[in-house]
Amino acid sequence: MSYPHRHLLGIEPLEPGDIQAILDTADGLKEILARPIKKVPALRGRTVVNLFYESSTRTRSSFEVAERVLSADSLSIATTTSSVSKGETLLDTAKNLEAMNPDMVVVRHPASGAPHFLARHCRFAVVNAGDGAHEHPTQALLDALTLRQRKGRLKGLRVAIVGDILHSRVARSNMWLLSKMGAQVVLCGPPTLIPAGVEALAPVTYRIEEAIEGADAVMMLRIQLERMTGGFFPTTREYHRRFGLTEDRVRRARKDVLIMHPGPLNRGVEIASEVADGPYSVILDQVTNGVAVRMAVLYLLLGGSPEAAS
Amino acid sequence: MTRLLLKGGRVIDPAQGIDATLDVLVAEGRVEEVGPRVSSRGAQALEMKGLVVCPGFIDVHTHLREPGREDKETIATGTRAAAAGGYTAVCAMPNTEPVNDHEGITRSIVERARAEGAVRVYPIGAITRGSLGEELSEYGDLREAGCVAVSDDGRPVASARVMRRALEYAKAFGLVVVDHCEDPSLSEKACMNEGVVSTLLGLRGVPPAGEAMVVERDVLLAELTGGRLHVAHVSTAASVDSVRRGKARGARVTAEATPHHLLLTDEAVRESGYDTHTKMNPPLRSESDREAVVAGLRDGTIDCIATDHAPHTVDDKKVEFDAAAFGVVGLETAVALCLDRLVTADVLDLPRLVALLSTNPARVLGLPGGTLAPGSPADVTVLDLARRRQVDPARFQSKGRNTPFGGWILRGWPVLTLVGGRVAFDGLRP
Repeated sequence: MSYPHRHLLGIEPLEPGDIQAILDTADGLKEILARPIKKVPALRGRTVVNLFYESSTRTRSSFEVAERVLSADSLSIATTTSSVSKGETLLDTAKNLEAMNPDMVVVRHPASGAPHFLARHCRFAVVNAGDGAHEHPTQALLDALTLRQRKGRLKGLRVAIVGDILHSRVARSNMWLLSKMGAQVVLCGPPTLIPAGVEALAPVTYRIEEAIEGADAVMMLRIQLERMTGGFFPTTREYHRRFGLTEDRVRRARKDVLIMHPGPLNRGVEIASEVADGPYSVILDQVTNGVAVRMAVLYLLLGGSPEAAS
Repeated sequence: MTRLLLKGGRVIDPAQGIDATLDVLVAEGRVEEVGPRVSSRGAQALEMKGLVVCPGFIDVHTHLREPGREDKETIATGTRAAAAGGYTAVCAMPNTEPVNDHEGITRSIVERARAEGAVRVYPIGAITRGSLGEELSEYGDLREAGCVAVSDDGRPVASARVMRRALEYAKAFGLVVVDHCEDPSLSEKACMNEGVVSTLLGLRGVPPAGEAMVVERDVLLAELTGGRLHVAHVSTAASVDSVRRGKARGARVTAEATPHHLLLTDEAVRESGYDTHTKMNPPLRSESDREAVVAGLRDGTIDCIATDHAPHTVDDKKVEFDAAAFGVVGLETAVALCLDRLVTADVLDLPRLVALLSTNPARVLGLPGGTLAPGSPADVTVLDLARRRQVDPARFQSKGRNTPFGGWILRGWPVLTLVGGRVAFDGLRP
């Protein structure tokens, strides 16, 4: 059976079966990364463009590695120039790319909905690599793959997501994914960083101790220091004292808790170094799984079947 | 001058309490007689059987874009859109380029409208120079040149002191102060309503309180000063409540609501997948806010329905949601939307809708028209309640195609528009 979606715009539109298919495919493909010759011809002759309107180290290099392993021809365009402040519009850029007939465009953009805009106006398949504060679906998928490998399941897990929920696309994608797969999510952060109405989707607490209590996994979100001017909290010092993940606080979780972070870390702000580098941390596993999940997404959207990958 | 006899239509004129099958004779640009079996006296007779004959509809909130943004709309195209949509008069908001904050600009708009306008155009002047929210513009001169109100629409007056002075000073010239109520410090970079939908979409939202607190401020200032306040495009439950309480205390306040706020919610942004035709200011709100605005319309708290017709070019809208211009066109859909979704759906009865589109707008801004009483301007809107048609933006008279209602099939359309006894739009034959 082939994968039923043409684009990956977010986790929200996916069925649990779609998520399962991507994770199973990633599990199957991950083995290639351990081979001495890390290359298969699965996507030979296919062209993928990575179009990044925001700086990114992890996500972009992860997509690039995934594309190379699968033998796709790929090209990365990085621009810090917003499409509107100067120069070409996003649509003009996309139409120029379209004229070169790529099979897929992987896009990261500061405007929520930019991938939907491209999907509506262009012929190529679109993968959302992070749009504004909306979604970052491959991050949630790699988090889920990591959880599933370590815990053997997603259903019934208690997962705390802690930090700047307001600006976080990672939090939104994870909320969708975990709730669709039957995990329990609890959100935590200072009230100024909790978005309106989110209580309707998952319980919220302002006390990190309460969020962590009995958790199977804790996902820490990055505090974007450049947003400090927004007056969301008084100081990073107080943030760390009240909302940071410290060794003391980790003890409230289950013994086999997993500590996750999408990176890049602000050590000493949202997470203490002892925790980030400690025994529960799976932060580097997340990076490896990122490549596997992106291989799976490329492979499925460009016509591969989940069965063939295993 | 043409003499026309509109024969045998259902005549609804709330100002006179008329809802009956009657004839209407217009001559010399005025209504001459309304009654059963009026003799034609040489007038051309038009059969109105099965149609509804109303005093001309007046839109108190239109953006004609001229001068300055003729790429978006002109007085000629905007007024043709108005005529096609059943309007006989529009009030032109001052956020043109330059801003209509000076009698010279007002006069040029009036002259251009006289030469090229398909319907009457009543300019609205700026509350403050350049709509910068600081110094009052010259209300006396603006009034004399033809302005019927003042507003800094789209650029909310942030200072309570400036708003107080405007409400006070405008009293000397009988001008209404129309405010776009919004606290700019709460709406920075916002592009939709704040709530669960903005959270899901990851878009920056403006809370309903950002509107309501300024409505409350303005209502209190209207009471303080005895000035005449009109609240533009009310979109939240708390705003409706402020206006309702202010009216009960005797404040000189009126309010309008738009069809899009009456019919759509912020879910439209999500359902459409970030379609920029769902982006306007104030934004589409939650269902409970929408219901409260409808309730305000029903109980008389909200005096009129206005379009906030805001034409934009394709380029202004065919971009990322964050970057898109605010606003939708409305002149060519408002009446049909109200007929289909408010009257047919039994939210309002037809005479009440006619009052909201004609009688009340005329009263709110002290304009001629709004009635078919003999001697009134022969401004007439004729409706065919059975006409069924799909909204097709490609066929708009307006240069703007930016509507969230494209493809909607609506029953009940304006089919004839008379301005001063002349036919401004004839759609009697489908």
